[in-house]
Amino acid sequence: MNKQQIRSYTKLLERQRRKTNVPERCYRTQMKDTGNAVEFDNLQVQFFTDNGIVKSVDGVSFCVPTGKVVGVVGESGCGKSVTSLALMQLLQRPQGQIVGGEIRLNLQDKAYDIAKTPEAVMRQLRGSAVSMIFQEPMTALNPVFTVGRQIEEVISFHDRRYATAQEIKNRTLELLELVGIPNPQGVYGMYPHQLSGGMRQRVMIAIAIACNPRLVVADEPTTALDVTIQAQILELLASLRDKLGTAILLITHDLGVVAGIADLVVVMYAGRVVEQGTVQEILSCPAHPYTIGLLASKPVVGKKTDSLFSIPGSVPDPVNLPKHCYFHSRCSHATQACTGEYPAEIQLSPTHKVSCYKENTHG
Amino acid sequence: MTRYILKRLGISVIILLFVVFIIYVLMRCLPASYVENMALQLSQAPGAKPYEEWVRQLNAQYGLDVGIVQGYFIQLKNLVTLNFGDSWKFTVPVLEKFSEVIWVSVAMGAIALALELIIAIPLGILAATRQYSLTDYAVTTGALVGISLPTFFFATLLKLVFSVKLGWFDLYGLVGRNHLSLDPWGKFWDIAAHLVLPIITLVVVSVGSLMRYTRTNMLEVLNADYIRTARAKGLPERRVVYSHAFRNTLIPLVTLIGGSLPSLFAGALITETLFAIPGIGYTSYQAMIAGDIPFSMFYLTFLAALTLLGNLLSDIAYSLVDPRVRVGT
Repeated sequence: MNKQQIRSYTKLLERQRRKTNVPERCYRTQMKDTGNAVEFDNLQVQFFTDNGIVKSVDGVSFCVPTGKVVGVVGESGCGKSVTSLALMQLLQRPQGQIVGGEIRLNLQDKAYDIAKTPEAVMRQLRGSAVSMIFQEPMTALNPVFTVGRQIEEVISFHDRRYATAQEIKNRTLELLELVGIPNPQGVYGMYPHQLSGGMRQRVMIAIAIACNPRLVVADEPTTALDVTIQAQILELLASLRDKLGTAILLITHDLGVVAGIADLVVVMYAGRVVEQGTVQEILSCPAHPYTIGLLASKPVVGKKTDSLFSIPGSVPDPVNLPKHCYFHSRCSHATQACTGEYPAEIQLSPTHKVSCYKENTHG
Repeated sequence: MTRYILKRLGISVIILLFVVFIIYVLMRCLPASYVENMALQLSQAPGAKPYEEWVRQLNAQYGLDVGIVQGYFIQLKNLVTLNFGDSWKFTVPVLEKFSEVIWVSVAMGAIALALELIIAIPLGILAATRQYSLTDYAVTTGALVGISLPTFFFATLLKLVFSVKLGWFDLYGLVGRNHLSLDPWGKFWDIAAHLVLPIITLVVVSVGSLMRYTRTNMLEVLNADYIRTARAKGLPERRVVYSHAFRNTLIPLVTLIGGSLPSLFAGALITETLFAIPGIGYTSYQAMIAGDIPFSMFYLTFLAALTLLGNLLSDIAYSLVDPRVRVGT
């Protein structure tokens, strides 16, 4: 495709998304398993840039069961954030577009395919059915509005149960207390700059859970915080999951965070899922060489080393990805078969799946 | 807050003392000496005293026979006691001449500024929200054309089209020739009609930069994390742009507008001269080339005071729109 074609193609996609009177049957779908809060099915997200088409997410499939924490790990640029933004329909537009696959969002009595949901309907879902916590609590809150107002806004937009100003305010104070903010009355009237990073992240969490969403997406929620605050925030997320039964999609590159609170782990590399399974499976018996490498590069308490292990080489250029396994050039287990087709997903256990030829030869 | 304002006012007074000193020194050093010109004229009359004698006499009369430093303190005393003296050039009290010409300039400047804001802010926001669209290109190109047009050229173009060819407006002046015979409303409309072209000139040449400024700031704000948060909250796009983003864009805009307060009183020298509007810009220009120290001193000091006040006001306004800079509360 040349530049002109790319431009008209993205314009067409944009126009479809902006349509206002799309009948519900066009984006209504059926969950494969009603116990899931969200199911990604062969999701494909591409960025149409002047340098070419970047396949940021290429055929990602995994599920987030209701009430569970799913950790998505991988290095920078592997498509983990793009996956979460696609779920929110907050991709950088018009360059970033969902071009294929389904994201099925469970809304209790029905399910929507986010990939086809028009913007107007999506707006109703954002903040109420699915909400998001961002990486940088320092800049994610609007500096010119009080904390109280920013929480109230989302309640008054989505939750009809709280009608009067007083009811909304009471709910806001309740939320501030729920996320462990001491002195909610005082914080209610404060501006973001008057709060510390940890407190701001708590406010972000309060905004995210304000309307009891089915799913909270946490995009590296603890990366910008120091370690003690990290632990507190993770504890808070875990306790909210238990209290509210919300599913959490945790995007992170910190395996320690994953080990701490996740139930399931999805490992991504260059826009694809290379391995997924329960925390025990991934951490104690990783199957994909990339996962093994990631775990090996973690420092271990009590073990003395001069330098940490690192996976040799670098991620392939996302504009022209190879036909074969993307990890091939960096893989220490590479065989003749690895230069062939991209490896298919192999089921190691009911929950544990891996895409690698190494497992194929074993059994 | 009161403490802060008082402190700032104190600093402003000290700055003003130095500014007045610089203005006075510059005025005394101007090659266009009113006294010398007058002495030259008087000495050429038949049977008059020689030039040197006139210069000495006039210098004493106008208080120019003292040194610059001493003269500065005399001038300062006059300014502080609000004794502004008489204008040499216009031979009326400075304040009288000033109040006669200032209002037309202020009216012109205020209307032009209001129009600029009304045009530039919505268009700037529109261009930013539709970056790289046809609307955006049209707005930015229009802004660039406006910025690039020299005042004298654009004013002349307007005159050619609307006065000479179409005959809708008079070529120059503030009033028509039958102004005195009109009833009060007729007089008002007469003046209004004469101000149309000057105001269009002022707006067109300065609206572009404000528009681009709004667009740039809006773009920066729209890429901020908190805008993504606002969208993630499911707010309608209108609310995201006009409430969350616009409040943040206001911060730099307020500084800009606060800073342009003195320019309202500075008048528009080129535009006023081209349209022969007796405003402060035109008058102060005449006073300055004639070496009229009392009028120029008063006018320049007044502008310096306004600039300082404008800075203070924009800082206070800043604290109203940006909670992060709220002082002492």
